[in-house]
Amino acid sequence: MLFQDVTFWILSVMAIGGALGVVMVPDLFRAALLLIVVFIAVAGFFILLSAEFLAVVQVLIYVGAIAILIIFAVMLTRDVQRGNLPNRLQLPAAVFAALLLAALVTVAVDTKWEFLPADQQARVDLVQTNSVTTLTGGVLTEQGVTSDEDQAEVQEAGLADLLISDYVLPFEAVSVLLLAALIGALVLVRPSSGTGRD
Amino acid sequence: MSFEAFMIVAAILFCIGLYGSLARRNVLAVLMSIELMFNAVNVTLVAMAKYLAPAALQDDISSVLTGQVFAVFIITVAAAEIALGLGIVFAMYRTHDSVDLSEATGLRH
Repeated sequence: MLFQDVTFWILSVMAIGGALGVVMVPDLFRAALLLIVVFIAVAGFFILLSAEFLAVVQVLIYVGAIAILIIFAVMLTRDVQRGNLPNRLQLPAAVFAALLLAALVTVAVDTKWEFLPADQQARVDLVQTNSVTTLTGGVLTEQGVTSDEDQAEVQEAGLADLLISDYVLPFEAVSVLLLAALIGALVLVRPSSGTGRD
Repeated sequence: MSFEAFMIVAAILFCIGLYGSLARRNVLAVLMSIELMFNAVNVTLVAMAKYLAPAALQDDISSVLTGQVFAVFIITVAAAEIALGLGIVFAMYRTHDSVDLSEATGLRH
């Protein structure tokens, strides 16, 4: 437990420090690099929360694709003289963000959360691990899941099964959204053809 | 490393992102701040999936993965958002010759 706590605090410092850097550092390129630090820290949070698949996806998509795209855009449009300036809303924005933070922290601390019952925790951990690697019957028996029905239940649960059973409609919708975004981005960056003003 | 600690760190990340998206003039800085907010929400969802009991827990053990499913959806939407956002940034850079949001006051140039 101690190791996990230390990791959590290191990751928190990385994430919050990096995020402050993203919004404070005047040089946009450095801000984009600090954004990568935040993404990696969040991937670490996912591992701490036993969501290994999401951690891998986070590194692949956020660090590998989104951060690279942003750095690419920063280098293409770099405004060296002016950099990353604040606008006139700086003070109201800071006050608003601070008030929202106070409200969120109050809610997080005060709410009576309905935590997982302790006797279910081990089984739930197994299900979350099983969403990445299929656990064999031997491993499950070692972990105390002995009856055949329980083993089958744990082995059948997984992210992919949820995506193609309960959440198949949102899944299809985001596929269409991705395709539409791809085509839209292509249309937006295409040089205007003849009729445009430039 | 309690549940509340995760929620508070995610709230701090979200509010930093909110401040950045409201107070910056460079459109790329605003996009980066929006990515911070997406990440904060993802941390919240995954932490809830790990620590909280879903209503359908007794019927279906795999409902403890619901939070992760929604995190996958958010990551997908974030990818779509950044692709379109950068497309708009490039179009704006071509017409206005800058990426300063306070100069982008019209729908066309």
